Amino acid sequence: MSLPFRPVVLWTDALLFVLLTVLAALAFWTARNPQWRRPWARVGQSPLAVVCLGVLGAYALIAVLDSLHYCPRLPQAVPGQPAQYSDTVRSVFDALTPDLWRVQEETYSAPLAAHLFVRQPQTLPDGQVVRVYPRLRIAAGSAPPGQRWGDIARRTLSGAAAGLAVGALCVGLLAWRCGRVRGARAWLAAAACGQAGWPVRTLAATLAVMFVLVGVIAALAPAYHVLGTDKVGQDVLYLTLKSIRTGLLIGTLTTLVTLPLAVLLGIAAGYFGGWVDDAIQYVYTVLNSIPAVLLIAAAVLMAQVYIETHVRMFDTNAARADFRLLFLCLILGMTSWTTLARLLRGETLKIRALEYIEAARAFGVGHGRILLRHVLPNVFHIVLISTVMDFSGLVLAEAVLSYVGVGVDPLTYSWGNMINAARLELAREPVVWWQLVAAFVFMSTLVLAANLLADVVREAFDPRRGGA
Amino acid sequence: MMRYLVKRLLYAVPILLGVNLLTFALFFVVNTPDDMARLQLGTKRVTPEAIARWKAEHGYDEPLFYNPKAAGVDKITDTLFARKSAAMFVFDFGRSDDGRDIGREIRTRMWPSLAIAVPVFVIGLAANISFALLMIFFRGTYLDWAGLALCILLMSISGLFYIIAGQFFIAKLWHLLPISGYSGGIHALRFILLPVLVSLAAGLGSGARWYRTLFQEEVGKDYVRTARAKGLSEVRVLFGHVLRNGLIPILTGAVAVLPLLFLGSLLTESFFGIPGLGSYTVDAIRAQDFAVVRAMVFLGSLLYIVGLMLTDISYALADPRVRLG
Amino acid sequence: MPMLRHLALACLALALGACGKIWNDPYPASQARANVLYSAFSERPKHLDPARAYSSNETEIIGQIYEPPLQYSFLKRPYTLEPLTAQSLPRVRYYDKAGRELPADAPIGQIAESVYDITLKPGIYYQPHPAFAVDAHGRPRYLHLGAAGMAGRDSLADFHHSGTRELTTADYVYEIKRLADPAVASPIYSLMAQYILGLRRLGAQLEQARKNDPHGFIDLDRYALPGAQVTGRYSYRITLKGKYPQFLYWLAMPFFAPVPRVVDEFYRQSGMAQRNLSLDTQPVGTGAFMLTVNEPNRRMVLMRNPDFHAEFYPRHGMPGDVARGLLRDAGKRLPLLDGAVYSLEKENIPYWNKFLQGYYDVSGLSSDSFDQAVRFGGAGQAELAPAMRARGMQLITAVAPSIWYLGFNMQDPVVGGLDAKHRDLRQAISIALDYEQFIDIFLNGRGVPGQGPLPPGIYGYAPNAYDPWVYERRDGRIERRPLAYARALLARAGYPGGRNALSGQPLVLYFDTMASGPDARARLEWYRKQFARLGIQLVVRATDYNRFQDKMRRGNDQIFEWGWNADYPDPENFFFLLYGPNGKVKDGGENAANYANPEFDRLFEQMRYMDDGPARLALIDRMNAIVERDAPWVFAYYPKAFTLIQPWVYNVKPNFMANNTLKYRRIDPALRARLRAAWNHPVLWPLGALAAGLVLAVLPAWRAWRRRERQAAR
Repeated sequence: MSLPFRPVVLWTDALLFVLLTVLAALAFWTARNPQWRRPWARVGQSPLAVVCLGVLGAYALIAVLDSLHYCPRLPQAVPGQPAQYSDTVRSVFDALTPDLWRVQEETYSAPLAAHLFVRQPQTLPDGQVVRVYPRLRIAAGSAPPGQRWGDIARRTLSGAAAGLAVGALCVGLLAWRCGRVRGARAWLAAAACGQAGWPVRTLAATLAVMFVLVGVIAALAPAYHVLGTDKVGQDVLYLTLKSIRTGLLIGTLTTLVTLPLAVLLGIAAGYFGGWVDDAIQYVYTVLNSIPAVLLIAAAVLMAQVYIETHVRMFDTNAARADFRLLFLCLILGMTSWTTLARLLRGETLKIRALEYIEAARAFGVGHGRILLRHVLPNVFHIVLISTVMDFSGLVLAEAVLSYVGVGVDPLTYSWGNMINAARLELAREPVVWWQLVAAFVFMSTLVLAANLLADVVREAFDPRRGGA
Repeated sequence: MMRYLVKRLLYAVPILLGVNLLTFALFFVVNTPDDMARLQLGTKRVTPEAIARWKAEHGYDEPLFYNPKAAGVDKITDTLFARKSAAMFVFDFGRSDDGRDIGREIRTRMWPSLAIAVPVFVIGLAANISFALLMIFFRGTYLDWAGLALCILLMSISGLFYIIAGQFFIAKLWHLLPISGYSGGIHALRFILLPVLVSLAAGLGSGARWYRTLFQEEVGKDYVRTARAKGLSEVRVLFGHVLRNGLIPILTGAVAVLPLLFLGSLLTESFFGIPGLGSYTVDAIRAQDFAVVRAMVFLGSLLYIVGLMLTDISYALADPRVRLG
Repeated sequence: MPMLRHLALACLALALGACGKIWNDPYPASQARANVLYSAFSERPKHLDPARAYSSNETEIIGQIYEPPLQYSFLKRPYTLEPLTAQSLPRVRYYDKAGRELPADAPIGQIAESVYDITLKPGIYYQPHPAFAVDAHGRPRYLHLGAAGMAGRDSLADFHHSGTRELTTADYVYEIKRLADPAVASPIYSLMAQYILGLRRLGAQLEQARKNDPHGFIDLDRYALPGAQVTGRYSYRITLKGKYPQFLYWLAMPFFAPVPRVVDEFYRQSGMAQRNLSLDTQPVGTGAFMLTVNEPNRRMVLMRNPDFHAEFYPRHGMPGDVARGLLRDAGKRLPLLDGAVYSLEKENIPYWNKFLQGYYDVSGLSSDSFDQAVRFGGAGQAELAPAMRARGMQLITAVAPSIWYLGFNMQDPVVGGLDAKHRDLRQAISIALDYEQFIDIFLNGRGVPGQGPLPPGIYGYAPNAYDPWVYERRDGRIERRPLAYARALLARAGYPGGRNALSGQPLVLYFDTMASGPDARARLEWYRKQFARLGIQLVVRATDYNRFQDKMRRGNDQIFEWGWNADYPDPENFFFLLYGPNGKVKDGGENAANYANPEFDRLFEQMRYMDDGPARLALIDRMNAIVERDAPWVFAYYPKAFTLIQPWVYNVKPNFMANNTLKYRRIDPALRARLRAAWNHPVLWPLGALAAGLVLAVLPAWRAWRRRERQAAR
């Protein structure tokens, strides 16, 4: 018997897992290195940072789940034949949330509605055609129309209760794990008074809110579209959740792809000087002086040409969309590495002039060793800060690029595509607001969390603030 | 100073050449002259004959970088790249693929762009600095914290949202300003007010936050403490010392973007129907009008280089220790 | 401080004074009561040269300016040609190889030449233009200016003298020669070169001449064109090779409008093009209007041509036109407007909102603004929403002579082929694509599901006919065949349940499309959903225009989406899209599906040369039947145009063929001014709320500051 699914690894999936590996390695290294642990500990003590990390963690979890792709197996058409797999690529996230995408409506419906938002022609038994608001498919088996609000309230309450229960369980587990020294009860008491050494209460509250949200959504989703549906009847909540992956990938892969380039060239320019410096400066001045939108437009067009000339390589919607996303990440990186490289060059120039580096060089220590042991660790905080700061800008940029028409593939789930489509909906009367609002709320939450975290990280790492 | 300027200008030539080469490579890999012809000729009744005629008319019937048919140096100069780039260096941008003179277009479209960008720049600078100073003045209080939170919130919202919301409320619901459009002269005021307001709102968060950081650094310095110890009032300290010293990095930073104001804003101009260079660029990208894109890239990089030069000069003016050589 | 306050007050007064009582008027207050129509264009017209303009946004402008010999009747339906500058419709005469005249019903094989003699009305004059200005000696004032003469002249307004001149037949002949000029790049040159006697030879000669002088003035009068000749002061003759009955329709398009040689020479002077002065930007015609302002980045202004010849509003229309008020102005001298202002409006939302605020007089409707405006009555007929009716707006609907279709590449091994199996597959897909739903969701009912290649308004369209392979008659109604039937067809085609019957592999089809615009995502998802109903997996290959065209040309496509707007109301203009020898891959023609059915091709060759009548109708029916059975296209829908007009606009009757209807239009400027004022009261409370909010926000800060000051003082 063959597998019930065929795993699919898209390019961006692979890169995301590379990124996760790198992050894990970094975390391991940081944990063993007291010089680096200290600023991180300071970050961990800030309640704000804990909330942000919680939110970002939830987003990241969804993105990772959404990056484990597979093709489901098709039911056997003719007995005895080898198993055939669908070309529709799904992810683990999809498998976990069938309620969100199984049932599609004809077209728009408002959040938690029981009927479509627009009238549809319906033929009566006597042959007359009338235009009515049809009942939603998802609501077919649920409460009768009159009891909708009662049903919603009941589901919300039970969902919230379940969420709270799971949240409490998590806190209990945490207490058990952290309270091994003093006993779980004592630790809990200390934490409740804010004396655990780090903001446990904030974390608990964040987790509680998130679990309640998940619980409420899980309770409502089987019978309602929590955030309504879009023009072709897809669940807006599903669209926004799927967009998380795109947003996060653009924010992080861009950095992953170009960080080595920026670090290498920036440090090399600062350290070696001379013609190396000139050449690198030339390259980045050229790249920097081209207006970014134009460069991106050209690159996206190139990606399209590549796809069309290698049609065989991109045989599914997912593969096509994925390649375009990857290319977008690459080119966004191309336009953004120059800033970091220039910062690093300046910092390296300063470090190079320090006495102990001069001394090391006088003693004949190799360039590689100096760079690795002395220069890189001393500019690392710049890399970190700029990475965190760039993240939110990149997420926001995606929306703008979609508007200009050089963003992700039109079939990719992304906030940019959603906002772009929602622009027209605002002109309708009555206004279809939920798609726009959903995209903005989810995007702004991510960006807000990232910005706040960036602030905390900068405070903690900036040497001028008495940091590392 | 003169020597420095000449040197920088000469240095600009290879950069512009590189920029040009890159754009040529990027766009011609994608769009052959045949593609451009087809794009311009429309959907109906396009024959190979018509394409050949279009290419000849627009001078796209030569090879890109290397002409094997020509003799000697002409192998390089008798090409699309050499012809079209050489003309650019004397600011002859040629004609767009739909047959209009690009230089002329840029000259007329510059003004609407500036009409939006200059007020946004000046008022934005003033508003951001005032907001930052206010936060510094109340530093450590809940007002500072609330201001900072507001800044971060404002900068976390996509710029598209400000535009959409501005048009929806101010123009559509409340009939306060025209929803889009542009007009020359004094009438322009009505049209630029909404885009300027929207751009200001969109820029306030990040701007004020950045200046707050700068001022905060300044406030922590010894001379400020000395001034305060001398018994100067807080207001005097802020305006007399902190602002004056903090202004140097702000202004030198601002000088770098000054030339780029010409290019206008892509989003604002497109949404509000401002016939500036920003919407020109967006249209050119959408229509894949390569001649216009190339001209705008050239202009953009030129202005960027000018911006770099201005920054250096302003540093030298602000800080006598910096010498330009 | 008082200085500052005065300044601010002055600014405010100025700003408010500029817009009067209304704050959001996008036009100068001085023009509030002008007899001028306000409209918009979404994309700037690239070419206003009559030999070149082909898109609808271009002909919408130059249709008002240029006058070809014929025009379409404003009110009559079906679309009928009538003389414009010609005295009467030209009668065609046929000749055989030996030059003997043949009877009108001569067999096509004998006809060697068709001759059209056109006689003009006397006394038609051009609009005032500097090209016609003459000095005291009667010589053109502004020719051979040279660099010195051009100095200081930046626009047409800098040429202080202007003149006019009577329309001559030479102008018409000159324009026909311009079609062959490579520097003009006329889109119909290749087509016309097949018919107009000697045009291809002229084209070759001009190509030689242009090698030395790519953009300068070439006097086309020095080149002979046997196919177009002046035969008298008011008459000229066009000679075609063979027979081309559709040619009369072309004579109603701007391609055959007059262009005086002196104007061409004027614009081809060196330095003109650099100033954007050319026929492409500054048209010169005899029509009811002239283009006075051409700022394509912002607006285009048409003003009444003071020299316009006497033309009158038609006295007769169709039944019902009187009730609709379309004959209220019968017999009045045209034009009824003083001008029209077209503003550039790229974004949909501003466009629609300005229309609602009364700043545009006529609106084309986009699907999304549509719910607000239109309700569907009990029986599905569209009517205005009460809010719109209360404003006095009117809704006018008409089906356009256009078709949108989903084509199959007939050369593709999976979906192509004329055999029964592949036909079944295509028919199954035709049934599964529920275009009734598409029209509902994406067009809000602004379309009619297609039943064949011919849209309404084209000769041969039968209102009650339906595509028997996709639709069936149930309970007296025509309905789409059930999905189960489509599934059965699919199984017969070898794909039961969307899986290859032999290998079990899922059937994957590829859909090529140009995806652009905010709606693209939803549309593509819809297509995927529809194919999935048959179990077929659809891979959407969305790409840009160039890539799409390229794939079509190479035949690398499988399923694609395309449309066609009628050039003229003749079935030939649609059937030629399916004519084998027009294949896209093989011959670079317009047959994008590469459909080639010998039987169909044979019938087409007969049908195209026939005059309308029962015999032609019979042929058309047979051709329709063949195409419907073979299903090379899914006949998606015929788009319907819904036009909303403001209560102050009169004489609007949709006419998809005529492009010069502006001259018939009338408005009531006083009513417009009144309603605009009523609709645009500024809402001031948000300003007050904003001020209050600011005060509330500043108050605690101010108090804190006071406290600190006091502390410092202490």
